[in-house]
Amino acid sequence: MSLPELGEEIRVRLGVLAREVKVAKGFVEVVTGRETLREVAKTLKEMGFDHVKSVTAVDYPKEGKIRVTYHASSFLNEELSRFMVGLSVDLPRDKPVVETLYPIWNSVEFMEREVYEFFGVIFEGHPDLRPLLLAPDLAEKKVMRKDFVVREESIYEGVPHEYK
Amino acid sequence: MGVGVGGACAKGEGKVYAGNLNVAAKRARDIILGKLKLGEVVDWATTFSLWPVHLVTSCCGAEFAATWSPRFDAEQYGALPWISPRQTNFIIIEGTVTRKMACALRITYEQMAHPKFVIAMGACALDGGLFYNSYNVVKPWEIVPVDVYIAGCPPPPEALARAILDLRKKIREKKMASNWLREGWRGDVEYPMPKEDPCKWWQP
Amino acid sequence: MSISEGTLGELRSKGVEVRRIDKEYYEIFIGPQHPGSGHMRFRVKLDGDIIVDADPDIGYVHRTMEKLSEGREWLKITPLVERMTIIDACNITLPYINALEKLMDKRPSTRASYLRVLLCEMNRIASHLYGFGIFGVFIGHSTAYMWGFGDREVFVELSEILTGTRLTYTYHIPGGVRRDMPQDFPQMVRRAVRYMRSRMPEYEKIFLNNPVIVTRLKDVGVITKNRAAELGVVGPTLRGSGIRYDVRLAEPYEVYGEIDFEVPVFEDGDALARTWVRVEEIKQSLNIMEQAIDWLERHRDEPVIPKEDYDKLPKLHKEVYEKSGRVKLLPAQISMKVPPGKAVARGEAGRGEIFYYVESDGGTMPYRLRVVTPSARNAIVFKRILPGHRLMDLPTVYGSIDYFAPEADR
Repeated sequence: MSLPELGEEIRVRLGVLAREVKVAKGFVEVVTGRETLREVAKTLKEMGFDHVKSVTAVDYPKEGKIRVTYHASSFLNEELSRFMVGLSVDLPRDKPVVETLYPIWNSVEFMEREVYEFFGVIFEGHPDLRPLLLAPDLAEKKVMRKDFVVREESIYEGVPHEYK
Repeated sequence: MGVGVGGACAKGEGKVYAGNLNVAAKRARDIILGKLKLGEVVDWATTFSLWPVHLVTSCCGAEFAATWSPRFDAEQYGALPWISPRQTNFIIIEGTVTRKMACALRITYEQMAHPKFVIAMGACALDGGLFYNSYNVVKPWEIVPVDVYIAGCPPPPEALARAILDLRKKIREKKMASNWLREGWRGDVEYPMPKEDPCKWWQP
Repeated sequence: MSISEGTLGELRSKGVEVRRIDKEYYEIFIGPQHPGSGHMRFRVKLDGDIIVDADPDIGYVHRTMEKLSEGREWLKITPLVERMTIIDACNITLPYINALEKLMDKRPSTRASYLRVLLCEMNRIASHLYGFGIFGVFIGHSTAYMWGFGDREVFVELSEILTGTRLTYTYHIPGGVRRDMPQDFPQMVRRAVRYMRSRMPEYEKIFLNNPVIVTRLKDVGVITKNRAAELGVVGPTLRGSGIRYDVRLAEPYEVYGEIDFEVPVFEDGDALARTWVRVEEIKQSLNIMEQAIDWLERHRDEPVIPKEDYDKLPKLHKEVYEKSGRVKLLPAQISMKVPPGKAVARGEAGRGEIFYYVESDGGTMPYRLRVVTPSARNAIVFKRILPGHRLMDLPTVYGSIDYFAPEADR
């Protein structure tokens, strides 16, 4: 089986649930809506994708959306373990709320917490939605969004005079 | 002059080799009891009992661990990483200190026994290094007073061993330990209080 | 005796921090200052000596690499991301370069691929020995620390001869590597391999078959096969649970498809099995190193960057390469633009699978770079596996997973 063939199989299996199925570089990308996310995830799990490698969020301020992608693959099925599926959902930037996939894939627990603290995406029904890496006061700033800008400076600037 | 275990060692005049324990002991005895003052003896003794606390702040810890490995063997300088901060007097900051770690660093530092010394290791401990513009990184010199800096990313184990030797030299030259005994503070550094509480993010 | 709400309010008004705690449980905090290597904290709830709840509080070494990489040029990201596991720098940066090559539609030259594989396997051995040493510190077996770190220096030294530094190589560039190996390198590699082979039985004797260690590790921290797949753990933790998954096997990158090696799998799923996986993997890595160095010796004349790139180099750069085997970078390469698109790549690092997601908008810097590291995925084990164990098993589980905090926190 090759990646395009897997893409075709997923397209047939999902039918109308998926808005878009296309083959990207290294993975099959499935785009779906917020309402159908759980159902698509359930179908993928039944196909044999038993764990999630990454929950990735990308911020698109111009389009006003945050895209959350679950990259799933398989451990127990050796044939499927060669491929990855990216399950994407677009969320509005001002109110990013989505149902958690924790009941389907247990492995998303820490990664969803990460996306929550970096982007402020709220996963409804997540059992333990707290900041994971950051201190709580910093997590409120949603640091990975594009409008949080880190300062760029030359290394010779801004050295305070207390530096001895 | 007594003949020690490795008798052939002390041939050259004015040289003391570790192999000849009797000669070494006699010379040390002469110097300590004969020539030095009590304060200098305290400084001399402190240089041989530096106990770094086992707080590994970041990835320079890989080279920190290698420094005490058989190849570099930093234990020969009288320093051995120890578990509890209460029984240590020396802290090596290995690289980046993040906001969360700054709290732990200050608490650990305050728990250590006086007189205490600090080595800051790596470019990140100097000025942020590769992560100079990160939002989660603080400069360790804002949290604790630093005695010796080491450059490098990461500094090789030799550099860390050299820094320990430098610190020993500094302790004897600036009389750090005896000053603390006499005055109650070290005199050569101010103990800074961090401008803002490093633990303010903490929510129990 | 219970304190009334009024008294509590009075205390609070004086600035005293007051909160209710569970009566039946002790709550203790372990770390970030603790005897092993690790920059994380546990909040552990204890019922007597039994852990009822463990909450890993990670993020003490979070240096914001994902955010900073959005402001750096493509090539400058390699030194940035390799700081997350400097003891395994080759394996950690390789998938990033692979993802970049996918975006740029570039194939590395075969010689570069073999050099990458060689360095990666040296790194894997060094990283396993590091983990071994730290595990020894955790369970109070200082001989393992001394041996692990002493033998690790052999491979660190080899990498230093090959790349110029002990740990942070920045060795890969898109389409190749930055330096060819020295003339007498094959002999050194073979000597190191011979030495390490002769050492392996001694490790088994003093550590793995030692009755004290076996009692300490056997049936501790058991992860069953289905549980491992459900939690998504990776690396020796996964293969110790009986799942035959290795990225080098599942999706062969570089030249792993042409190299002959086995993937050790153990069925028990406990701390001992995970340690055994590491030891067996060191043996396999030695085999791979030998095969790679044989190939490299037979094909000395090929360049370490693709032929078409080499032809484009100016005269000075060609001279430098002929004389010293060093690839001098062109200024245009630093500010290169990468075609828009998104790519994922994965690789098998010492601690398990590492995953990169790279998105480009056609500029000189990435739009988004996402890294998921093996330690970050294994961190969930602490929360799910520790409850039910005794407190003294915590260091065993921690050490057997070979958790490296800077890697998890990025």
